[in-house]
Amino acid sequence: MCGIVGLFLKNSTLEPRFGELLGEMLVVMTGRGPDSAGFAVYGSGENGRIKLTVRGDDLDSIVADLGGDISGFIRDTHLVLTLPERDEQRVRDWLAASRPDLAVTGAGERIELYKEVGLPADVAKRFGLAGMSGTHGIGHTRMATESAVTTAGAHPFSTGTDQCLVHNGSLSNHRSLRRMLEPKGIRFSTDNDSEVAAGYLSWKLQEGATLAEALEASLDDLDGFFTFVVGTESGFAVLRDPVSCKPAVMAETDDYVAFGSEYRALAGLPGIQNARVFEPEPARVYAWERN
Amino acid sequence: MPVVDLAETTKRDLNAQLHALPADTNATHWTVENSEGQHALAVGLDVPITVEINGHAGYYCAGMNKQATVVVDGNVGVGVAENMLSGKVHVKGDASQSAGATAHGGLLVIDGDASARCGISMKGVDIVVKGSIGAMSAFMAQSGNLVVLGDAGDALGDSIYEARLYVRGTVKSLGADCIEKELRDEHKADLRRLLDAAGLDETVSVADFRRYGSARGLYNFHVDNSSAY
Repeated sequence: MCGIVGLFLKNSTLEPRFGELLGEMLVVMTGRGPDSAGFAVYGSGENGRIKLTVRGDDLDSIVADLGGDISGFIRDTHLVLTLPERDEQRVRDWLAASRPDLAVTGAGERIELYKEVGLPADVAKRFGLAGMSGTHGIGHTRMATESAVTTAGAHPFSTGTDQCLVHNGSLSNHRSLRRMLEPKGIRFSTDNDSEVAAGYLSWKLQEGATLAEALEASLDDLDGFFTFVVGTESGFAVLRDPVSCKPAVMAETDDYVAFGSEYRALAGLPGIQNARVFEPEPARVYAWERN
Repeated sequence: MPVVDLAETTKRDLNAQLHALPADTNATHWTVENSEGQHALAVGLDVPITVEINGHAGYYCAGMNKQATVVVDGNVGVGVAENMLSGKVHVKGDASQSAGATAHGGLLVIDGDASARCGISMKGVDIVVKGSIGAMSAFMAQSGNLVVLGDAGDALGDSIYEARLYVRGTVKSLGADCIEKELRDEHKADLRRLLDAAGLDETVSVADFRRYGSARGLYNFHVDNSSAY
């Protein structure tokens, strides 16, 4: 089943409330996915510096252990490191060698990506989602049907800088896609089919496609059921498979674009009474870019 | 007349109150506030009452309806009036997928658009959509009428049996075994009846519609058709 949500703000005065709004949307989707939850938020960033979100235990000493021009803060089981772009590979190498128990969930100038097992309300609270500001972001509530309830299987997935994806559905050709993508340098950290969809889009973006073009191409190359909500540093997009197997509803006002698996998730948004509420058409890419 | 505020009363309480009504109830007009897209509102009704929902409704609104009139002043989610037997369901906004699925009778009127699979496996219901309908609508539709003032998406009437489809706008494509058929006087009369029932006056002319239905080529298995099944 699973529930997915997304919010893209057009009006910057709502940015301080971003986490609160996304959190409410996420919690309403508990019925569709009570096992685990995750979300990605595009918050503040600094040119030339990159944020790495690292998940695991015993995070206290990492900033000191890494040394150099690196800062960090801990939110529950996640540590967000901020470091000069040129240090990214060194830090990744150090983490892989010294702390193989940790996983990097997201990387980018502005993205922070949190996921954990548990009820969405508890997950949102543990990470302090309500207090986060941001411009856009996505979230997922998981009802595990095909694989174990683990944090690694929770969405969103991020396979490229400042990119993230949530998926409702299942892909049937993810094995062959993975074999095609790995030699092209796309790294996967789980066996999850949705991570392959994220990797596919990362590859297309790397090849120079726009987000909309990458999604357009996925209609030819991905086999299965999907509703995707995707974020990049400046973009936000939605795509449903040609059979529109999984539910989706969207709302647009002058202030925001919002996505939910069900309308209930949107019901608490400001000004929803006068929003243009619509159901995205099958096999049609909906994309928004920040100016 | 009762007003139920779903900000204070649970959906289960609302449905329980409606189910408890005797056939000769005097509480014939109910208003529901703050629906907020909740699922399964006003389902399984079996009394001649009117329920007005002021706001959006979620999945399966007015499902299994019998006798009652349910009016939604908003959009509805998947499966509005699913398996309706009689009565009327009127959606003033848009409907999500599978509107009127498997419904045996009654009238479903949608003022806006209906998305994919509208009237899937319909078994006698009359559906009037004032906007457009999505792909795969009237899939395996068995009987009843589907009237669309706007356009129809891909694969209209795939594997259709005896339901009648009337579309005023364009049809993106017809599904397997669905063909355009002549709009004869008997169909025009029936169409007029349906338009009237949906509150549409003579400014909507029956002559502007085209009729689609079954070519009856897939009724019995024939090996030459194996790719179409």
